[in-house]
Amino acid sequence: MYLVVEQLLNGLQFGLLLFLLAAGLTLVFGIMDFVNLAHGSLYMMGAYFAATFVTWTGSFVLGALLALGATLLLGIVLEYVALRHLYGRDHLDQVLATFGLILFFNDAVRLIWGPAGLALSLPAWLTVPVQIIPGVYYPAYRLMIIVVALAVAAMLYLVVMRTRVGMLIRAGASNREMIGALGINIKLLFTLVFGLGAALAGLAGLMQAPILTVQIGMGENILILAFVIIVIGGIGSIRGAFMAAIFVGIIDTMGRAFLPDLLRKVLSGAAASTAAPALSSMLIYLLMAIILVLRPEGLFPAAKR
Amino acid sequence: MKKAFWLAGAMAVISALALAQPAMAADSVKIGFVSTFSGPTAVIGNDMRNSFELALDHLGRKIDGKPVEVIYEDDQQKPDVGKQKTEKLVQSDKVDFIVGYIWSNVLLASLKTAVDSKTFLISANAGPSQLAGELCSPYVFSTSWQNDQTPAAMGLYMNQKGVKSVFLIGPNYAAGKDMLAGVKSTFKGEVVGEEYTVWPSQLDFSAELTKARNSKAESIFVFYPGAAGVQFLNQYAQAGIKAQIPLYTAFTVDELSLPLQKDNAIGIPGAQEWVNDLPNAENKKFVEDYRKKYPGLRPTYYGAQAYDAAQLINSAVVAVKGDLTKKDAMKAEMEKANFKSLRGPFKYGNNHIPIQNFYLQDVVKDADGQLSLKTVATIVKDDQDKFHDKCSMK
Repeated sequence: MYLVVEQLLNGLQFGLLLFLLAAGLTLVFGIMDFVNLAHGSLYMMGAYFAATFVTWTGSFVLGALLALGATLLLGIVLEYVALRHLYGRDHLDQVLATFGLILFFNDAVRLIWGPAGLALSLPAWLTVPVQIIPGVYYPAYRLMIIVVALAVAAMLYLVVMRTRVGMLIRAGASNREMIGALGINIKLLFTLVFGLGAALAGLAGLMQAPILTVQIGMGENILILAFVIIVIGGIGSIRGAFMAAIFVGIIDTMGRAFLPDLLRKVLSGAAASTAAPALSSMLIYLLMAIILVLRPEGLFPAAKR
Repeated sequence: MKKAFWLAGAMAVISALALAQPAMAADSVKIGFVSTFSGPTAVIGNDMRNSFELALDHLGRKIDGKPVEVIYEDDQQKPDVGKQKTEKLVQSDKVDFIVGYIWSNVLLASLKTAVDSKTFLISANAGPSQLAGELCSPYVFSTSWQNDQTPAAMGLYMNQKGVKSVFLIGPNYAAGKDMLAGVKSTFKGEVVGEEYTVWPSQLDFSAELTKARNSKAESIFVFYPGAAGVQFLNQYAQAGIKAQIPLYTAFTVDELSLPLQKDNAIGIPGAQEWVNDLPNAENKKFVEDYRKKYPGLRPTYYGAQAYDAAQLINSAVVAVKGDLTKKDAMKAEMEKANFKSLRGPFKYGNNHIPIQNFYLQDVVKDADGQLSLKTVATIVKDDQDKFHDKCSMK
């Protein structure tokens, strides 16, 4: 029983982290109709900035805040300098250009920080396990990720649903041409949205950094999951990204946790041990395929155009 | 249209030039080196290249008076890419030796190409069980170990410590399976759980750690080379399991991962055939010169094995007085392991896998206040892999 609770928390934590990454991606994809493969690079940059700033300032929280600001700035500069010129092009051009950016960022990081990767150490108060219910201990840091990500999700909800900027973002997601025609400064809105997306990716990267290592190419594997999530959730929908990310996080973790034991009941030990990791990593893609067949527009599509 | 013809003509000329190259450099020893030079595990490939270059420096950049030409190829840690690069080295570069291979799955994919062409292949790291058994070949040598040997030594050490039960975690690929099988072959206690994770993409081990803690095992054994080892130790410490269940490892803590693992690695024992402080003159010179040539870096066992590979090649070429067509004589010479290995003297088994000692290593703070690895004890002497019976060479 406790095992299930703990594994659910693991899944929730992983899902929320994926949400931070997917939220930015779905905003940019849904509102600007722009395919940004370099989103994973921003995630990586967030982690590298955090590792650097935490070492400089000696404080984890301060370093993380600085890194967040730096990624936001980087996103805005990137949009202004490079990506702005690609909005009118078709998706293939955008894919090619942003793929180029991935290579650019990987080599930039290699030049600046070297190929070996960095470690981001946690302050002592975050390295202790916390007893959440009697008998269940959970790493304090992972608990913090859950809390921070939930807070960010709530804030995002408030901003998108309750503010004027949020109204414009939603309007942009359902009909870009129309809000342009109504005299909204769409260029500024796009820059803002891209910056916000970059900051969210950076936040995901810097929060994941102490659990993983900070290394070149760290954003590439996880970006695939983020794309799966926005497909499942519905392109352009923050609510969809949130729900889909939690689904994916929990399905992935539960699959890894319980599938091997289930398989061992029907297969021999060795065969089950080999098949289970492969099968459990397929589960989320299976989910995506089913969703694509049954609801091609995703679970929670943004308002129809 | 005309321009295109010109361009095609120019390309043909250039490619003809490129093809003419190898014929001109006939009187040299050509070595192909396949390892990982890009992506997160590139640091391992770099260490192997650094050590191989240092070995060539020590040999005066010449083998039996002939200049040495090394062609480095990046396998990107992918079996299909490794196979392609091996084919390129064998078929178009026509190298005399192929060295390298960090990953067992990459080596297994590349093996047939080298063996079929009767090109000597020296594995400087990967040691899949198949290579020691049914796939053994007269043209294949190892300067490392068979995968099962190192974890088997760890299993022996766990018996010495009186450990009663263990939870095993490792990556789901050729070497991961060999490693966990290796521990099981010698560990006398109970194996309460065995988990494989997706390799190399899975980097979050929360589900596996939770299961290990709930299994009430007395100990955990893991095999996670490269960055995955850093991540595993981070998460093991963060989950508070370090204070509850001791960890035993193979190939998880080394000089490349240690600067990132930091204090998380203190008190985590590992088994290894080479440690930087092994007290022989060659090893002292190797470690010293490495740190001089590559300031800020420290050599690892990957590098030491690559260094040995260069020495093994040297011994073979010298024995045939530079006549690289005498493959049988070179094979016979290499079987003698007639060179000064950094791990100290060893013998080759019938399957060309070293019969060697395994040491217990621990993490300590050295004189500079930096974390480093130290030999604590010899766990097993002259250990031979358990697959040598399956090898058809006698």
